[in-house]
Amino acid sequence: MEQSKKSTQDNLLEVKNLKISFKTDEGIVTAVDGIDFSVRQGQTLGIVGESGSGKSVSTWSIMRLLPKNSIIDENSSIQFQRKSGKTVEITKLKTKSKELREIRGGEVALIFQEPMSSFSPVYTIGNQIMEAVLQHRDVTDQEAEEIAVDMLDRVGISNPRQRFKQYPFELSGGMRQRAMIAVALSMNPSLLIADEPTTSLDVTIQAQILELMNELQKDLGMSIIFITHNLGVIAQVADEIEVMYLGKILERGTTKEIINQPKHPYTKALIKAIPRLDHLGERLTAIQGDIPSPLSRPVGCPFYTRCDDVISGVCDVKMPEPTHLSDTHTVYCFLHEEKDV
Amino acid sequence: MTSNNYPTLPPPEKDLNESEEAKRYYSASQFQLIWWRFKKRRIAKIGALVLIIMALSGLFAEFFGPYTGTTRVSESVLVAPQIPRFCNSEGCTLRPFVPSTISKRNPETLRMETKVDPSVRRDIYFFVEGEPYELLGFFPMNTHLFGVEEGTIHIFGTDSLGRDLYTRTLIATRTSLSIGIIGVIIAFILALIIGGAAGYFGGWIDYVIQRLTEIVRVIPVIPLYMGLAAAFPKEWSSSQVYFAMTLILALVGWPTLARRIRGKLLSLRGEDYVIAANLAGASPSRIIGRHLLPAFSSYIIVDLVISFPYMLLSETALSFVGLGLRPPTVSWGVLLQDAQTVRAIEQAPWLFIPALFVVVAVLSFTVLGDGLRDAADPYQV
Amino acid sequence: MVKFLIKRTLGMVVTMFFVSIMIFVIMELPPGDYAERWAFRKFSGTGAQITEADLDNIRANFGLDRPAPERYLTWIKDIVLHGDFGQAFAFQTSVNNVIGQKIWLTLAILFSTLIITYTISIPVGMYAAVRQNSVEDHALTIFSYLGFALPNFLLALVLLYIMTTYFGTSVGGLFSPEYADEPWSKGKVLDLLSHLIIPAIILAWSATAFQLQTVRATMLDELNTLSVTAARARGVAEWKLLIKYPARLAINPVISTMGFDANRIFSELPIVALVLGLPELGGLLLKSYLDLDMYVAGAILLILTFMIVFMNFLSDILLAFLDPRVKLIEG
Repeated sequence: MEQSKKSTQDNLLEVKNLKISFKTDEGIVTAVDGIDFSVRQGQTLGIVGESGSGKSVSTWSIMRLLPKNSIIDENSSIQFQRKSGKTVEITKLKTKSKELREIRGGEVALIFQEPMSSFSPVYTIGNQIMEAVLQHRDVTDQEAEEIAVDMLDRVGISNPRQRFKQYPFELSGGMRQRAMIAVALSMNPSLLIADEPTTSLDVTIQAQILELMNELQKDLGMSIIFITHNLGVIAQVADEIEVMYLGKILERGTTKEIINQPKHPYTKALIKAIPRLDHLGERLTAIQGDIPSPLSRPVGCPFYTRCDDVISGVCDVKMPEPTHLSDTHTVYCFLHEEKDV
Repeated sequence: MTSNNYPTLPPPEKDLNESEEAKRYYSASQFQLIWWRFKKRRIAKIGALVLIIMALSGLFAEFFGPYTGTTRVSESVLVAPQIPRFCNSEGCTLRPFVPSTISKRNPETLRMETKVDPSVRRDIYFFVEGEPYELLGFFPMNTHLFGVEEGTIHIFGTDSLGRDLYTRTLIATRTSLSIGIIGVIIAFILALIIGGAAGYFGGWIDYVIQRLTEIVRVIPVIPLYMGLAAAFPKEWSSSQVYFAMTLILALVGWPTLARRIRGKLLSLRGEDYVIAANLAGASPSRIIGRHLLPAFSSYIIVDLVISFPYMLLSETALSFVGLGLRPPTVSWGVLLQDAQTVRAIEQAPWLFIPALFVVVAVLSFTVLGDGLRDAADPYQV
Repeated sequence: MVKFLIKRTLGMVVTMFFVSIMIFVIMELPPGDYAERWAFRKFSGTGAQITEADLDNIRANFGLDRPAPERYLTWIKDIVLHGDFGQAFAFQTSVNNVIGQKIWLTLAILFSTLIITYTISIPVGMYAAVRQNSVEDHALTIFSYLGFALPNFLLALVLLYIMTTYFGTSVGGLFSPEYADEPWSKGKVLDLLSHLIIPAIILAWSATAFQLQTVRATMLDELNTLSVTAARARGVAEWKLLIKYPARLAINPVISTMGFDANRIFSELPIVALVLGLPELGGLLLKSYLDLDMYVAGAILLILTFMIVFMNFLSDILLAFLDPRVKLIEG
């Protein structure tokens, strides 16, 4: 407890008890169910989970970008430390407020999985970077253009002056993702949310982009939340990892802890599913079944329907309490709770 | 699947893996699925109901109407609608009645004028004997759903020749709906053959058909219809004109349908299961009949329903200006010829009643078509 | 760009060529031949007896004795090279004289209708999309259904009825009586404009209903694209990003259907013209069909179709300017 208090000091972002639901025709659906996470200055937090686990929803809420039918529970808290040093409660901001607009882009930037559709097809790359720069920096058009071209150069785009005048569809997928990163970084944010930034790319280009992000983080000293369904990718970039499943966090720890000593059956299963060069010849094991629909969310531990080690009469009754294995490593599983007791 | 890139929103389907409902759902045919989804759409169901009522009342127009459409009563020319009621100044009864009418010659204009006389009541009786007619054109009958024993009952009024507008409107409903149905069917057969050939074979056949549909589509539709209708010989009988009209509606209506069928076929042709069938050596006719037709039959039905109102509106417009159906054939457009000028409507506003039928029919077809389209769309639940 | 223009112009010429053949077929369709109808017109009531020889004379005069392809060539050659649309028998003069100024009136009606359609449907459709599922949105959907179900000519009758019954004014025609036969002047133009409003509103009725739905649907699609969320994530103000991203793209389908709108308007024009008594090409077309004055009808059909094809051409060019993706496809 003492330790977490100390670490709060240098936390850039502190999310507590975040609960997000959506109003749909079928009723209210809970996508994120009471999760906590925090991001420290200059560090990378990885969030892993299958699609539908709520990882995008929870991070988009940091920028209040969720659609109108979404509800953030009133007991949820998202504390963000602004550049000025002041801490704001994001959930209390009005969606049209000036403060939120300053934070969006200027302090928290977002890059998406699909770089093609995140650019508007009818404006040039340059136009869209300049829009971002002019929005958050007090510069002239001329200066904004220089910043934009410089940023394109920095993310490794050749001929930046020419690319500046091109349309998104004239660039390759990898180039577009670099351009997307350039847009985000041109606003000089303190937190970058990367929502599956490499999923739609070829493996070689994936590696290039990951390397680029590592490099830029070192240069610019920003924090990153990296969202992916691929544990293999996240191991290369993250300092800490949270494993999400069906709107809940099942395990959290440093990258080393999660990769080397996974405790939750789900985390173990995810790691078994990563193809590895040093284990050639071994079969990859897939997790049985599909992720249940949030509409028919299982009672108890969300993973029990697919868990090999399910304890019937326990797992399907209530959600396990957190078990602290170390200062940084926490797991939510009855298998370990018993040992703890 | 969708391009909507909001953070993976919860999939809207219910978890169907294990329930009984799921088994039903997975084993249901495509049409059952559409039907289940359609049943949820109230407005579309109302549209369907209205159309069924219209079709039935048109089919049995002579039974539902108290007169036959051709009876002229010279002393009841341009009678205003006699509205059924239960009460008058003398009190209320359970039996509905209409106020009587009196015809008098206007001493100034020397024209016969008919006024409603609320003091005399004409009781309405049901299943009364009246003018003989042939039900569905076959069965001689003389029972009408309702009628009066003395005097007249014109709930929509009469036209300038003293004919009962209500009965005539019902008969017109039959004509207008049937001409639309036949027109749509012919257009559809043409579209299926031509669009199907273009979509399935592609190449030069596709090119020629594309050009042809493009040309038919740039010429303004109603003027084109009119040009074709203007060529009807004056001596043609009304049934000849009727069939010629269905042909014209079909001829001008097929390109849109053909285009859609072609587009759908082109996209289906690239589907994996069709390619698989091709690789397995299935013949074109087998692929079309076994894989393609079932896959888009629901789209076809939706398209048919959607193209229906265009046919209705075109027929009405053409007959309205005198280039379509001609008296003695009665259709909505023919009836509205009497309401062509403001003066006519001012004198007898009830002559405009058939227009309400046009509007209601088109509206019903549109909401029905929209409902069916949404129900047939697998990406919407 | 030059290549693009040439390609589109050629496409237009090819389309018009096929259209002219189809229109010629329509002109030839009515039973009996042109000579008989011409003679009947000219001599009926005069008591003159027409012999077969007279008819042959007339046929030779008009070149009707030659085969159809040859007649088509003469007809189209006169139109293309000399702008001569042939002989109108109902008016005992050339088609050009009959049509004359009516072309400009028709264009005036077309453009005032288009202007009304777009100034209403674009902003209102966008508004409905932004306020999806609000009361206003539902009201507009109902209006759109009505716009489709109540044909323009019936709307015209309803409006006329209301005006004459409740306001005691009639709104037929395009000119006040005092200007009808006057030469063009500033007063006459203003008079025309004031008379144009009613027919333009009536003709815009269904076109507006249709475009409203198109704009609304595209706007909804665009509102849900990632590029809008991306702009929002950059901190761009809501109204600013609405205009810059979805609104900008929601106009494209409107532009690409300009020709289609013109088609719709011309399609409804003859009947509305009949109800309102408008002295333009649509009404004349209807009259010439009823009189079987096929040279006039053919000429009008050709002119109207050309206007539509030209609108298509214009919308293609406009779209190429507005949407960079179009240029990429066209090369």
